[in-house]
Amino acid sequence: MAVVEFRKVSKVYHRHPSRPFFYRYLLDKWRRAPGERFYALREVSFTLEAGETLAVIGPNGAGKSTLLSLIGGLSEPEEGEVRVQGRAAGLLELGSGFHPDLTGRENLAVYASLLGMSARQLRQRFEQIVEFAGIGEFLDEPLRTYSSGMILRLAFSVAIHVEADIMLFDEVLAVGDQAFQAACLARIFELKRRGCTFVCVSHGAELLKRLCERALWLEEGRVVRDGPVGEILEAYQACQAANART
Amino acid sequence: MRGFQYGFLLRNLILRDFKIRYRNMSLGVFWSLLNPLVLMGVLTFIFTRVFPSPAIPNFSVFVLCGLVPFNFFALSWVSGTTSLFNNAPLIKRVSFPRLMVPVAVVLANGIHFLIQLALLVGFVLAAGYGVNRHWLWLPFILGLEVVFVCGLSLMSSALDVFFRDVRYVVESANTVLFWLVPIFYSFSIIPDQYRTVYQFNPVAAVVLACRLILLENRRPPFSLLWKLAFVSVTAAVLGLAVFRRCQRKFADHL
Repeated sequence: MAVVEFRKVSKVYHRHPSRPFFYRYLLDKWRRAPGERFYALREVSFTLEAGETLAVIGPNGAGKSTLLSLIGGLSEPEEGEVRVQGRAAGLLELGSGFHPDLTGRENLAVYASLLGMSARQLRQRFEQIVEFAGIGEFLDEPLRTYSSGMILRLAFSVAIHVEADIMLFDEVLAVGDQAFQAACLARIFELKRRGCTFVCVSHGAELLKRLCERALWLEEGRVVRDGPVGEILEAYQACQAANART
Repeated sequence: MRGFQYGFLLRNLILRDFKIRYRNMSLGVFWSLLNPLVLMGVLTFIFTRVFPSPAIPNFSVFVLCGLVPFNFFALSWVSGTTSLFNNAPLIKRVSFPRLMVPVAVVLANGIHFLIQLALLVGFVLAAGYGVNRHWLWLPFILGLEVVFVCGLSLMSSALDVFFRDVRYVVESANTVLFWLVPIFYSFSIIPDQYRTVYQFNPVAAVVLACRLILLENRRPPFSLLWKLAFVSVTAAVLGLAVFRRCQRKFADHL
């Protein structure tokens, strides 16, 4: 069963020379010339089956994050069609919504509910989340006393205990020390076995190879290649090396 | 959004807002009380010593009756308007019902409103006005004010995403309304031809109704109540419609 389906999806951003103030908006409407158009994605098509893990690779500005935000339902395409079955939970930036003056416990509750957890689910998984994050006695301290690693571990731990059908990772896999990374990978494999679908954006080739089966190579908003992760990564790295030499 | 736990999320967002505001202040929630008390003192000084208005007995309680509903309106409308922009990282990166953001901010201000209402009730009783059966109308009337502010904030916060000028419009509107709502003057001195217009302003209607109930032991006339209900519900419906239309584009414009 296809959980994610993209059909000729294009995403356009309008570049404005300045902030679109009201007069600017009226001016654009009047002249019918709305700024400069910039394609973040151009006619991207692919389908993702349940339980698949997809790596999205490509240079900066290739449209990787835009792709994730379309799957996550954060924005909508200008052209084409995006179909998503089930709930997508994004880990697009760890700790969005965390506040330094609130304690770890309070931030945990806010973040969990933002990601769609119910009060009952949170009660059931609370111990597990705290233990996984390994923040121990800091739980009731304000977040500003945390190290950046602890904040990321807390956020990651919450996100990974949300039972979504599709998990989106944007450059957030390289969190914490070796032991924590190993625990994360173990948890991700456990979720995979239960049929959870993953889409990962990362520049860490080794991690992607271990985690994903399939890769989508984007360049300037277009799909360059789509196939098994090893093959695509190899081709991508060869291409990058060639670019670096010239 | 299917299967989303609205209640739990809303509760957490309201508590977050409320806690952030007072976590690091030594006086904490007393700031909620201080602001209306200071304004009450100043206005009482001016309108009993500088421009005396002898027609109004107990001027300090009278003015507090106007200040408390107005303060809630002004503060929650401004903070509701900028709420989406202030939570931009969240809106760009986490998919949750966007509606929750301005509504939670307004309701968090509602907690302060309740604290200030307790202060107002204290003053009313201390001044010798008794409790009467019309007090039962208060939750309905104040509830309508919350509905009205939610509607306005939904609309203005959605528009503020696209045009950042909206927040200044709201601030100016609040300054104008401070004079146009009968806070430090009585409704009875307003010339007849403007009275209907005044009653269609829900903030003025709430102030009037509160004064009738708390200070005059009278039920507010139904002609006032239906106008209040009509405008508040219309604002909420309109706000919801505007918000729903705009929300698809929030992540791209923040």
